Amino acid sequence: MLTLEGATVRFGARAVLDAVDLEVAEHEIVCVLGPSGSGKSTLLRAVAGLRALDAGRVLLGGEDQAGTPVHRRGVGLMFQDHQLFPQRDVAGNVAFGLRMHGVPREERAARVAELLDLVGLPGAGGRAVGVLSGGEQQRVALARALAPRPRLLMLDEPLGQLDRGLRERLVVELRSLFGRLGTTVLAVTHDQGEAFALADRVVVMRDGRIVRSGTPVEVWRRPGSEFVARFLGFENVVAATVSGRAAQTAWGRVPVPEGSPQGERRLLVRPAGVRVAAAGEGLVCRVESRTFRGQHVSVALRPGDGPVLEAELPPGDAPEAGAEVSVVFRAEDVVVLDGDGRDGQSRS
Amino acid sequence: MALPVAFFAVFFAWPVVSIVQRGLRPDGAWDLGAIGATLGRSDILDVLGFTVWQAAASTGLTLLVALPGAYVFARFSFPGKGVLRAVVTVPFVLPTVLVGTAFLALVGRGGFTDELWGLRLDASVWAILLAHVFFNYAVVVRTVGGLWAQLDPRQEEAARVLGASRWRAWRSVTLPALVPAVSAAALMVFLFTFTSFGVVQILGGDGYTTLEAEIYRQTARLLDLRTAAVLTLVQFAAVGAILAVHARTARRRETALRLVSPELTARRPRGAGQWALLGGVLASVAVLILLPLGVLVERSFATPEGYGLRYYRALGSLDDAGTFLVPPLEAVGNSLRYAVVATGIAVVIGGLAAAALTRRAGRLVRGFDALLMLPLGVSAVTVGFGFLITLDEPPFDLRASWILVPLAQALVGVPFVVRTMLPVLRAVDERLREAAAVLGASPWRAWREVDLPLVRRALLIAAGFAFAVSLGEFGATVFIARPDSPTLPVAVARLLGRPGELNYGQAMALSTMLMVVCAVCLLLLERLRTDRTTGEF
Repeated sequence: MLTLEGATVRFGARAVLDAVDLEVAEHEIVCVLGPSGSGKSTLLRAVAGLRALDAGRVLLGGEDQAGTPVHRRGVGLMFQDHQLFPQRDVAGNVAFGLRMHGVPREERAARVAELLDLVGLPGAGGRAVGVLSGGEQQRVALARALAPRPRLLMLDEPLGQLDRGLRERLVVELRSLFGRLGTTVLAVTHDQGEAFALADRVVVMRDGRIVRSGTPVEVWRRPGSEFVARFLGFENVVAATVSGRAAQTAWGRVPVPEGSPQGERRLLVRPAGVRVAAAGEGLVCRVESRTFRGQHVSVALRPGDGPVLEAELPPGDAPEAGAEVSVVFRAEDVVVLDGDGRDGQSRS
Repeated sequence: MALPVAFFAVFFAWPVVSIVQRGLRPDGAWDLGAIGATLGRSDILDVLGFTVWQAAASTGLTLLVALPGAYVFARFSFPGKGVLRAVVTVPFVLPTVLVGTAFLALVGRGGFTDELWGLRLDASVWAILLAHVFFNYAVVVRTVGGLWAQLDPRQEEAARVLGASRWRAWRSVTLPALVPAVSAAALMVFLFTFTSFGVVQILGGDGYTTLEAEIYRQTARLLDLRTAAVLTLVQFAAVGAILAVHARTARRRETALRLVSPELTARRPRGAGQWALLGGVLASVAVLILLPLGVLVERSFATPEGYGLRYYRALGSLDDAGTFLVPPLEAVGNSLRYAVVATGIAVVIGGLAAAALTRRAGRLVRGFDALLMLPLGVSAVTVGFGFLITLDEPPFDLRASWILVPLAQALVGVPFVVRTMLPVLRAVDERLREAAAVLGASPWRAWREVDLPLVRRALLIAAGFAFAVSLGEFGATVFIARPDSPTLPVAVARLLGRPGELNYGQAMALSTMLMVVCAVCLLLLERLRTDRTTGEF
């Protein structure tokens, strides 16, 4: 459906998109994940034609879009802050794209009603957009983007401005809606939870480049590079020398899964893989702090050597702050990273 | 951008430069000594001194009276507030001649206060100052009050929570936010009063003369173009300085403030102090603004035989004294016709200029921005007379043409159009156009669907202002309006210049009609306006 070949956009000397190659298949939901300034929004703008490429190509359905102006590309874009037309009511906003495509009035009205039903705002057509809540505006923006049946729907931080509860509910709704409609979606977000919940495939960007791509499970299990690991919220990263099924680190000997890359590496230990051991066994740490998280307790441990270690422990198991404990590591929660991204398909 | 620049070059710069040349280079050599000589004359220095003094005094007095008003309009909600806000704005669009006439009816010979208490203020500086306050009250209420209403009260609350007293919180949070708006308003008032002509012409008598009135006297009565040219330059320099300062404060005003919807900040007054403040403001509005207008209307009906329409009827016929070549009533039609054409010109020129200013940035454009404001301050008398001496030969042989009057009036209307359109055009979010494009709108379609609906109201408001300003333009029109087709302000001034109670009554009647036209125009504007899209006026 969508193909980017070496897409490059520069602001002055800085490349905001740096030779990006990306493929989005028909009916696929792809989520681009990255910190702000990583070039995500520029990627969408380049596909929509709102920003010209300095090098490379954008192909939609196999056709090069270089000479096609924005309004003829047939893509949909939901803006970060919605950009609803303030002077039109809800129905006027949803019908806008249909009018631009010359859809007759009766058909328009029917389609608007259908879409408002779909996004859960039945009968809201006559309301002014200024009085809508954030969640309602988001739904109207979605209905407006879907109305002309774009071949590719792009979402820029679709849920960014909403509160947490609403966001979690909407992301589930969106995924099932896109599944039902068979929409091809390219979304960008900085929120990993959102990306993992929404996407068939996650693409992580850093400084205008794609550094990791895969299904949510793949990316989560094998972040690939330290950057991706830290961006996903993992802090337990340490230098290691891997040999066979064990690695030598500042935290002592750490078991690693079978088939891990060998030699000088960075090593990630997921917090869930840190277990309290019997005294005299494993790494001795002092408990710096203890944070109750509901399902588990998050504990910051200060070992004698090396960086602070984060552990997720069952509430009954968690020691008090100031206590001294010994911990051991579970091999299946240890990931050997590769800063160069040569691990798996991290460079796509 | 080319069209507005050409328009200003031909109809503003050329006439003004020509007339200054004629004054200072009578025989091909610059007579720069004239500047020193003229500025050394004690009578000229007196005029200069008085001009500055009265402008400063008017500005101070206006701020004193109008700042409480701005507060009341911004922070209190009370029944009839919308109507009252429209009413206080009426004077601003009233012709200066009419303002002069109204105060003449109030405090002049045989006027309201003269009859009641034998109090006469005409030919005193107080009449001028009060008329200036009347005229500029709205400038302060609009500029300062508009911002004040949108300042987030929670900022002040945050200061209170951090331990500031009520007064301290106001002084350290609200006042600094207001200062740029207050200084911008003060500068505008100073500018308007510095170049005051119609009011001074009618109320000042011979005792008090401003620079502009003196330029008129030197040009029209004494034919001393040399002195007039020097005075024009002086005024030009002063106005340029004022506008430069204004541009600086305006830029500072653009610094990010947390603004909220005005509806959120207004509440009913609480406690005796606030009610007293509200009462005081309402009383001052009644005395300063409603009373002069009321007296004007009353005088237009008050004939020696009791109330009647005699003065109005007299407007329909020629008098014997030869004051006019046509019945004064025709001035109504002339004024409306001229104003419509002038509005058209001003909207096209001002709209193009505003669009150019929106799209480009940089020093050159900012300079153009300031240039557009100049007609507000440069002697209208000079412009009018300049028209006569420059536009009388090919390629612009327009001296005999009626178009001259609308052209001069449009010149004054353009700044208002630009000031009204600019904020709105700048506020149209580029991403709204992008949203339209992604949904399939071509660039032209996107402009029509997104920009036009947002700008249409501002365009109508701008047109309304230009119309009102054109209707009231006096300084230039008085020169170039032909005797057989006077405009309303010119006719009023001419009637006032003649003795006799019939002429006086007719002037009042004609002024009342002018006021009604202006007020209707403004009330239509008020319906269109929301605080979100207000420009500077």
